[in-house]
Amino acid sequence: MSSVAFQRIIRSGFNNFKRNSWLTVATITVMFLALFVLQGLLIFSVVTRSVIDSLQDKIDISVYFKKGVPEEEILIVQEKLETLEEVRTVEYISENEALARFKTRHSDNPILLESLAELDQNPLQASLNIKARVPEEFASIASFLDQGEYSNSIEKINYFQNKDVIDRLTRIIGSVERGWIILSIVLSAISVMVAFSAIRLAIYTSREEIGIMRLVGGTPSYVRGPYLVEGALFGLVAAIMTILVFYPVSLFIGPKISSVIPEINLSSYYLTNIFQIGGLLIIVGVGLGMLSSLIAIRRYLKV
Amino acid sequence: MEPHIAFEDISKIYSNHVTTVAVEGVNFQIMPGEFISLVGRSGAGKSTLLKLLIAEERPTQGRVFFEGRDIATLDGSQEISSLRRKIGTVFQDFKLLSNKTVFENVAFAMEVAGKNDEEIAEDVPQVLELVGLSDKINNFPHELSGGEKQRVSIARALVHRPGVLVADEPTGNLDPANTFEIIRLLLKINEIGTTVVLATHNKEVINTLDRRVVSLDKGRLVKDDPRGTFIL
Repeated sequence: MSSVAFQRIIRSGFNNFKRNSWLTVATITVMFLALFVLQGLLIFSVVTRSVIDSLQDKIDISVYFKKGVPEEEILIVQEKLETLEEVRTVEYISENEALARFKTRHSDNPILLESLAELDQNPLQASLNIKARVPEEFASIASFLDQGEYSNSIEKINYFQNKDVIDRLTRIIGSVERGWIILSIVLSAISVMVAFSAIRLAIYTSREEIGIMRLVGGTPSYVRGPYLVEGALFGLVAAIMTILVFYPVSLFIGPKISSVIPEINLSSYYLTNIFQIGGLLIIVGVGLGMLSSLIAIRRYLKV
Repeated sequence: MEPHIAFEDISKIYSNHVTTVAVEGVNFQIMPGEFISLVGRSGAGKSTLLKLLIAEERPTQGRVFFEGRDIATLDGSQEISSLRRKIGTVFQDFKLLSNKTVFENVAFAMEVAGKNDEEIAEDVPQVLELVGLSDKINNFPHELSGGEKQRVSIARALVHRPGVLVADEPTGNLDPANTFEIIRLLLKINEIGTTVVLATHNKEVINTLDRRVVSLDKGRLVKDDPRGTFIL
């Protein structure tokens, strides 16, 4: 296609966009709603991920070593654990560190601290605090320790006491993840279909014109071009509207989310990532507009 | 001399819920520079023949030749578009692009023929002057009368200087004054060497033309008269 033909297609697409004003407004409104839902899903996916990560971060197991086990041996166990794929982090807490943390935690309980001072030696044991990549893997980590060569040095693994709680949390996390994925797929599919239908309707109203252009000698690509440009403009304007409208919405609902999940600041997250989110939304909007036009126009080109 | 257009044993049968024979065993040729009228009642097969000529329909049987080439052998939409650019077409319902101005409607035919902007800027006003619409150049179709719309349609069909102008009931939606205005325009176009194929069921038009008349009835060619009148 020559550059002159390309320029004419672009110009004609802009003219269609301007001249069919009511159709343009109606199509952009529907696409805006569809993109708004898609953007909401995207942002809340991040929020959900953050909640799940925060929950998972709170789950750990501790391995307590018997009194007298040398620090070198515990550090070897730590190194071995760190080589396991299932393990995310391993923190070594020496007897002295455990005592210091205990004192800090109970600094408002002088009786407890006095009782502790009366003891001849530190009653607390050295331990390893282990976090897994996913909570389902705690069982295999606990089993690795319980049946491994260092099992004789281990006093206690608290996984076996906390197993029920960990399992319940794992199930909740799994359900939230699965539910969110299903909801996202369903809502995304509905949004895409709604946007596609809006553009299909816009093309349907132009079906006679498309036929005329073909009868006058327009090649399919020349006839199709302006409608692709128009579809891209629908998507672009709808995406920009979505980006602009979502900010005040995030300011409004952000505090409500923060009151439930303090780690999340929706408006701040949105502003920080505005270029990535906006860019993605524009790509999705323009792509959806063009693809919908491309599919919708096909049947009317067969003249 | 080689015929400009030739219909060779053409039949067109539509088979949907009911089988309809639109055209059956039609044979005739059109020479360059001829003015020929296809006449017949509604459903006689006039429009079908024109649709076969611009490859809007495919024949069930027989062949249609344009400038010696069998239209059925045209390869894909590019060659069909190319054929349509060689034939100017005027329709009863005008078929103007409603969101384009008069200038843009006419220019579209030149754009698809690959003409540059300078040629378009020069030729479109000229052809609009020929059809008497110089003062409506920036109007949209909904701002024009029926006769004016048909003249835009003729201007569009003419602007890229096709060898053949095909007019399917071009006066069907017009009053008598506009009807004869359009017919005078078609005769003028024919005088400058363009082959004109006019499909009509307007008796008065045919009887005043005094040109070749091909009469169709129920899809069959019933008379081919070099100086004909309306016989049906």
